[in-house]
Amino acid sequence: MASRDRPQKQELLLAADGTPLKTALRRSQAIERRRAFMLVAPLLFFLLIVFVVPIIAMTWRSVHNPEIRDYLPQTAAALQEWDEEDVPPEPVFQGMAADMIVGVEKRTIGRAAARINREIPGARSTMMRTSREVDEWSAPYREKFLDLDEDWANLEFWRILKRESRVVTPTYYLLAVDYEYNSQGEIAPRPEVYQIYKQLFFRTAWMSLLITGLCIVLAYPISYLIATQPARTANLLLILVLLPFWTSLLVRTSAWIVLLQQQGVINEMLVALGIIDPSGRLRMIYNSTGTIVAMTHILLPFMVLPLYSVMKTIPPSYLRAAKSLGAHPFRAWWRVYFPLTVPGLAAGCILVFILAIGYYITPALVGGDSGIFISNLIADNMQGSSAQLKLASALATILLVAVLLVYWAFNKLVGVDKLKFG
Amino acid sequence: MALPAYTTTAERVWHYAFGIICALIFFFLVAPIVVIIPLSFNAQPYFTFTKEMLSFDPDGYSLRWYNALLGSNEWMSSIRNSFIISISSTVIATSLGTLAALGLNRPNMPARGIITAVLISPMIVPLIITAAALFSFFARVGLSNTFPGIILAHVVLGTPFVVLTVTASLAGFNETLIRASQSLGANQTTTFFKVILPLLLPGVIAGALFAFVTSLDEVVIVNFMAGPEQTPMTVRMFSGLREEISPTILALASLLVAMSILLLTTLELIRRRNERLRGMTPG
Repeated sequence: MASRDRPQKQELLLAADGTPLKTALRRSQAIERRRAFMLVAPLLFFLLIVFVVPIIAMTWRSVHNPEIRDYLPQTAAALQEWDEEDVPPEPVFQGMAADMIVGVEKRTIGRAAARINREIPGARSTMMRTSREVDEWSAPYREKFLDLDEDWANLEFWRILKRESRVVTPTYYLLAVDYEYNSQGEIAPRPEVYQIYKQLFFRTAWMSLLITGLCIVLAYPISYLIATQPARTANLLLILVLLPFWTSLLVRTSAWIVLLQQQGVINEMLVALGIIDPSGRLRMIYNSTGTIVAMTHILLPFMVLPLYSVMKTIPPSYLRAAKSLGAHPFRAWWRVYFPLTVPGLAAGCILVFILAIGYYITPALVGGDSGIFISNLIADNMQGSSAQLKLASALATILLVAVLLVYWAFNKLVGVDKLKFG
Repeated sequence: MALPAYTTTAERVWHYAFGIICALIFFFLVAPIVVIIPLSFNAQPYFTFTKEMLSFDPDGYSLRWYNALLGSNEWMSSIRNSFIISISSTVIATSLGTLAALGLNRPNMPARGIITAVLISPMIVPLIITAAALFSFFARVGLSNTFPGIILAHVVLGTPFVVLTVTASLAGFNETLIRASQSLGANQTTTFFKVILPLLLPGVIAGALFAFVTSLDEVVIVNFMAGPEQTPMTVRMFSGLREEISPTILALASLLVAMSILLLTTLELIRRRNERLRGMTPG
C-alpha cells in the first residue's frame, strides 16, 4: 500500500561495483546462507543417512509384507477379483499353477510355502506336494487342484492368502496391541495367554509416571536447598548431584543390585540389627520395586538440574514479600514460589519421563518379570531364537510415536528452549 | 544458615525437618555409589560387608578383584575396545557438532528450526529404537559387528550434546571479535583457530566430555552391534551382571567412579576458567 504513494521513479542505490544495492545485498545474503548451511551440512547429511533413514526404514518394515506378492504374483493378482464367497474360480488356480512352475524353477517355492505356513499351519505340505505335480497338468487347473488335495477347497486358506498378498499389512501393529486376525478373517483380541504387549505398554507408561512423580518429590527439596545456599556450599551440594549424573549407568545399577539383593547390604544390615528374620529377607529386587528404586536414583539428577537452574533465578525477596504481606508460609510458597518453578519442573518432567519410557538396561538387570518395560520386549524380539524383527519394528514405532507425541505436547505447553542443563 | 531471632517454633521445627529430609535425599543419591568402593576390596567373593571388613581387620580387605580385573585378557581387551570406540566417536562427533553449531548460530541460517530438531533428535529418541533401526540398517550395509559401525552409531548419539554445549557458549560470543580479527588481516582459517576456537573451547570440551561419557557408558546399541571382536566393557559388565555376578565388576565399577570424579573435576575447572574469562571472581 505504502509503496503506491511513493514516486514511481526512484533513483536506484548502487553498490560499489555498479549493481543495484538490492541485488548486491540479496546476493551477499545468499552467499552467507550458503556458508552457514555448508557448516551444518556434514552433520545434517550424516544424521539423515545414519539415523533418520534407518528409522524411516524401520517404520516401513513394520508394515511391509512383500513375500506373497513376490513369490506368487499371478495368484495374488487373480485373488483381487475373488468375492470370498465360494472356492476361487479358474483364473486363481491358473495363476497358482503358473506361480508354482516359476517357483520350482527359481527354487523360491519353498520360501513361499514357509511364509504361508506361518499363517496357516500345515499349508506347507499341501503347497509342496502340489508343486511337484503341477508341471504335468494343463488347463483347466481348478478340478486337478481340488482332486489332489481337498485343502485347496478350504475358503479360509484363500482368504488368508488374499489378505497376506497385500504389500502393506497391519498384522504386526495388531500383534503389538494384542489383536490378530481370527479364522473368519476378522480382527479380534488374541487369546488371553498371549496378551502381553498392551499391558506392558500401560505398565511402562504408569511406571514412568510413578518414577517421574518420585523424582519431583525428591528433587524439589534439594533443588530448593541448593538454590538458596551461598555459592560455596551450593557448589559442594551440586557436586553431590553431579557425581551420580556422571557415573556410569551400569555402575549405578550394579550398586543397587549390591544393596537390594537378598544377600545384599540392606538385607544383611536388617538381619544383623535383628529387625527381620534371616528367613524373612525382603525381596526388593528382580521385581518392579527394584526397577522403580534404581531408576528413580538414576534419573533424579535430570530433575534436579533444570529445577535448580530455574530456582536460582527466583529472588528470595519474593517469598519474604508474600509473608510480610500476611501470607501463611505454605500459601506464600504455593501462590508465589511454586508457579515460578513450573518451567523447571516441566523441563525435568519431560526429561525424566522420556528417558524412563524408553529405558532398557536397568529394567533388564533389576526388573525380573514384573519390572520390565516395553523396551525389553523390543530387544527380545530382535535377538535370539524367537526373534520377530517386524514385530519389534512395530513395537518400536509405537513407542517412538508415543515419545514424539509427549515431546510435541511439552513443546506446545512450555517450549523446548526452556530446557537447560545445569 | 543461622535462623533470624524472630522465627517461630513451628518455623524452627520445619527448618530442621527440612534439613534432615534433604540430608536423607542426598544420602540416597550418593550412598549407593560410595558403598561399592569398599566392597570392591572385599577379600571374599561376597556382595556384602563381611565381619572382618566391619571390624577393619586388614585380612578382610584385599586387591584380589583388582588383580582379577587387570590380569584378565578378556576384561583388558574389552576395556581397550571401549576406549577405541569412545575416543574415535568423540573426535568425529566433536568436529561435526562444533561445525554444525557454528553454522546454526549464524544469523542467515536457513530452516533453522527444522534442522535443529533433526540434529537434536538422537537425544530424544529412546536408545532401544535407535538400536532397532540401526541393527537392520547396518546388517544390510555390512557394518554390523564392525568397529566403524559401532563408532558411527556412537557419533549419532554424541553430536546433540556437542551442538547444545557449543551453542550455549556461542550465546555469550562477541561477533565483533571476528570482524576485528579480519580487519587486522587474518584470513578465515586463522580467525577460526586463533580467535573463535579458543573462546569456544569450554563449550567444545564440555560437549566432547558428554559425547565421550555417552559412548563409554552406552550398552544398548553395542549389545546388538558388537561381535566378539568388538565387545566393549559395558557389554561384558552387562552380561556379567545378568549371569554370574563377581566382585570383579565392582572393581571395574570403582575405577569408573574414580574416572567420573576426575571428569567432574575437569568440568568444574573449565567452569571456573569460564567465569574468570568473563571477569567474574571464581566461586
